[in-house]
Amino acid sequence: MTANIARWPGAELGSKDLENGKVTTQRYRPDAKFAWSAGEAMSRFLAELQQGRLIARECKNCGRILFPPRMFCEECFRPTDEWVYVKDTGTIETYSISYLDTDARRITEPILVGVVSVDGASPKMGIMHYFGEMATGEIRIGMKVQAKWRPAESRVGSVLDIEYFRPLHGVDR
Amino acid sequence: MRKVAVVGAGMTLFRRRLQETGKELSFEATRMALDQAKMEIGDVDAVVHGTAPDAFDGVHMKGEYLLDGSGGTRKPYMRVFTGGGTGVFSAIAGYWHVASGLADVALVVNEEKMSSCQPHPQSVFAHIWDPILDRPLKPNLVWIFAMEMNRYMTVHNIPYEDIARVAVKNKRNAVGHPCAQLADPKITLEDVMNSEIMAWPVRRLDISPPSDGAAAVVLASEEVVKKRKLRDQAAWIKGVGWCIDSTMWTDRDLYFPEYVARAAKMAYRQAKIDRPKQQIDFAEPYDPFDYKELHHLEGLGLADRGKAGLMTREGVTERDGKLPVCPSGGLLGVGNPIAATLGIKIGELYWQLTGQAGKRQIPNEVHTGVCQAWGDLMQYGSVVVMGA
Repeated sequence: MTANIARWPGAELGSKDLENGKVTTQRYRPDAKFAWSAGEAMSRFLAELQQGRLIARECKNCGRILFPPRMFCEECFRPTDEWVYVKDTGTIETYSISYLDTDARRITEPILVGVVSVDGASPKMGIMHYFGEMATGEIRIGMKVQAKWRPAESRVGSVLDIEYFRPLHGVDR
Repeated sequence: MRKVAVVGAGMTLFRRRLQETGKELSFEATRMALDQAKMEIGDVDAVVHGTAPDAFDGVHMKGEYLLDGSGGTRKPYMRVFTGGGTGVFSAIAGYWHVASGLADVALVVNEEKMSSCQPHPQSVFAHIWDPILDRPLKPNLVWIFAMEMNRYMTVHNIPYEDIARVAVKNKRNAVGHPCAQLADPKITLEDVMNSEIMAWPVRRLDISPPSDGAAAVVLASEEVVKKRKLRDQAAWIKGVGWCIDSTMWTDRDLYFPEYVARAAKMAYRQAKIDRPKQQIDFAEPYDPFDYKELHHLEGLGLADRGKAGLMTREGVTERDGKLPVCPSGGLLGVGNPIAATLGIKIGELYWQLTGQAGKRQIPNEVHTGVCQAWGDLMQYGSVVVMGA
């Protein structure tokens, strides 16, 4: 019976066993490169970002304004119908205050990051982005925010054409 | 469909780094499961191998790479991968083989070797994100869990300590598990609540560790169980369900795991469960983060929305409580070698239902258990109901 198994297999190694060459290892660094086609919906989305605008697609069957835009509605499973501009303002749906960078290295200046649902799109539809011009103690779910665009000449057609979302002043915070 | 039973299970130690290769670990877990089932590889009709992203190992076509270790050579063999959901989903795929009558005995073997990836497997998680929308922001995988946890806590106004209690419970439960990586009999609520902030609200001890490990189960038809006199060591698969939600994760309200609820509904229908809170005796929901156990208990219909934390605070989910949850010690205590968590989800249900869990045995008699795994971009749920 399993409760009586005397030996559970596996030989544990510590990181020192690797570093000190106590065990045999083989090292390899892959060098893979990619060029992604942005596709129909994202190409227009990125071109509009460069112009300082956010755009969505409407599905006339379910009536949803889909943001980020896509050429087909995954619910109705039919092509979407029209391009619709949405606002560059929205609401913080959720966020994190991250002390980890992309490689899980510790950082001292935290990154404020989260999901913004944008005004003009269907409820809860948004994108992930950074937040700025707010202290870690100020950020909260439900906060109204607006895109802080990079200067027109430095925009390249990327989600990073928005530097971050900042508090929308003059609105209930 | 034919009745299908688990008749043997095996697993290796779960550790941050093991010397054995993925193939060797798979062999060890498979050999143990076959020994438990009193079978040899020749008795197996088909093999399902579950394993997560190829990038961890740096070997593409990982299913083919691992197959010798899981006994798949010259047999009907397939590899399945549904992100973190693989831990339970591979057993569902094994179940099809036997339930359909295509196989009388199927082996399900799951393996993960995360330590090969240097310096940390986090780096390859960067490649799961949408290349246009998400990757320019240089995301870290912990971010999405932090965002989901924050949404869940805020919508229901759940105090952090009710979430941190899950980590304490599971790391203590893991003390009875012979394979556990992070068992800690002395851990306190303060230890978790004061641990380093990684990505607020997530702290270091809210997270399960990356691990190496393998696990395997043997599935058999009712006829095989009778013929080989395995009734005393058989636990029956009563219902299976799985579901995935849209990849457009920034368009979903993350406070409730709809995909788990749908997967559970599918499994419960098959298992003839209409009142899960009354009919299920214990659960092994997926707990890579402490809040996920609570989130998933709600998705599984075992707690009212926003109330799973309260159940934890009141001790309901302790091993001797009314609804023991993660009696194995879970991913938080035993470790998180993604697909190999098969051993603490399906494996734990099997060992508990057949009275083989040793020090971890739930003191109250248990007849029905549910386990669940979760993965991808917070969108996948796989659920299995098992009975004695």
